[in-house]
Amino acid sequence: MKPAPFVYHRPASVEDATRLLADLGDEAKVVAGGQSLVPLLNFRLAAPAHLVDVNGIAGLDWLDRADGAVDVGATVRHSRLLREPEVAAAHPLLVEATGWIAHPVIRNRGTVCGSLAHGDPAAELPAVLALLGGSVEAVAWRGGSLISRRVPAAELFAGPLQTTLEVDELVVAATFPTLAAGTGWAVEELARRHGDYALAGVVLTLTVDGDGKPVSGRAAYLSCAPTPVVVDIGPALSDGAGANGLYDLVASSLDPTDDIHATAAYRRHLAATLTVRAIDRALARARTPRPELAAVGDAMPAPTAAGSDVGADR
Amino acid sequence: MSESPGALNPHDLHEVVLTVNGVTRSARVPARRLLSDMLRHDFRLTGTHVGCEHGVCGACTVLLEGEPIRSCLTFAVMVDGARITTVEGLAGPDGELGPVQRAFRECHGLQCGFCTPGFLLLTTELLARSPEPADGEIRDALGGNLCRCTGYVNIVRSVRRAAELMSELRS
Repeated sequence: MKPAPFVYHRPASVEDATRLLADLGDEAKVVAGGQSLVPLLNFRLAAPAHLVDVNGIAGLDWLDRADGAVDVGATVRHSRLLREPEVAAAHPLLVEATGWIAHPVIRNRGTVCGSLAHGDPAAELPAVLALLGGSVEAVAWRGGSLISRRVPAAELFAGPLQTTLEVDELVVAATFPTLAAGTGWAVEELARRHGDYALAGVVLTLTVDGDGKPVSGRAAYLSCAPTPVVVDIGPALSDGAGANGLYDLVASSLDPTDDIHATAAYRRHLAATLTVRAIDRALARARTPRPELAAVGDAMPAPTAAGSDVGADR
Repeated sequence: MSESPGALNPHDLHEVVLTVNGVTRSARVPARRLLSDMLRHDFRLTGTHVGCEHGVCGACTVLLEGEPIRSCLTFAVMVDGARITTVEGLAGPDGELGPVQRAFRECHGLQCGFCTPGFLLLTTELLARSPEPADGEIRDALGGNLCRCTGYVNIVRSVRRAAELMSELRS
């Protein structure tokens, strides 16, 4: 099994990369981790004439938390989010969701921004970005200069593996707003085998008032529609509707379809059941005071060379 | 950007240099050459097995700068200059099996052996990072690789045994 031939480009700067994308138009695909794109190439489901590898661009491997968000540069791998204690402290929801992405070996290569730009409705990070109202920063080379824009999650995902990004745009960063005190979270998924794409999954947040009573909540669903679906679950939390009320609200808000893996009815049942299962954990977390997060604006430097050092040449 | 990028030929060859198991080797390969194919076809290191070729089975797992990756989902040209460890790098220079390999043999951690190179490399990296892993940690580390023979019980047992052997070697 071989990908179709392509021309390989390894630009050294964002400017070079975006000039290439501007020149090549829809003939080019950007590759970072390749964990979703390369299977498509191997199957020849995609056969772009040009691949633009962004791994040679210095300065995209950065993580930062500032202004109530965790920002992630374009070449940051999933595994790095799980390794950095600062990310775990600043954004435990993001870290918990990342732990559900495929397997450790895939997470060693796959990138956060790549997952968002790929726009798979069965993937975790698009649902997280949608839930939190996050955004990506896209840049393009237009009229002789670099033009940057913010694309909010609500406008980013257009369909299965489709986004509203233009062919000349490169995602250089993603912004995941952090949770305020008094807000809890939970992630639940079900897959036939651990690490597979979920048949259905939910990422949710829930906010309590000073007495610990839930006052609002939002849930984002993966594998339930062509794009992540965000449901306001607040009405089923604040009026004491109980588990049945929550189940009914979620089930009536989703309109999944049948496929080879599950029927629509089963998916709907699963999504509602996972929500009921997740809500107690989110509530307990919302009521737990979190230690004061470290000062805003601390940059998190890239870790020093590969953590583990194994192999015959050791 | 002197020449038009659209005019380049997709069949052009790229010089790729890798340090494989401590030995620096190079080959001229097309951009679409997968790392798994470069190891097997260009370097004749056929210990890296290719199963599904789309990232599901894990048989092709190798270590890139010490971290396990799917070599079938990696273009060789993208990792030019990198340090790679394959199953051939786990044995001694005289062919004597390394501790992880000995443990898999002792504990019947394989039957047909096709998936084994991937499991050996995952185990090697896991034990370098966590010398005494709990069972849950072992299962998490191996969970992305498929074995159709053993039912995994003896593979987990092999990893525990490898941890013992390596601890004996250290003391």
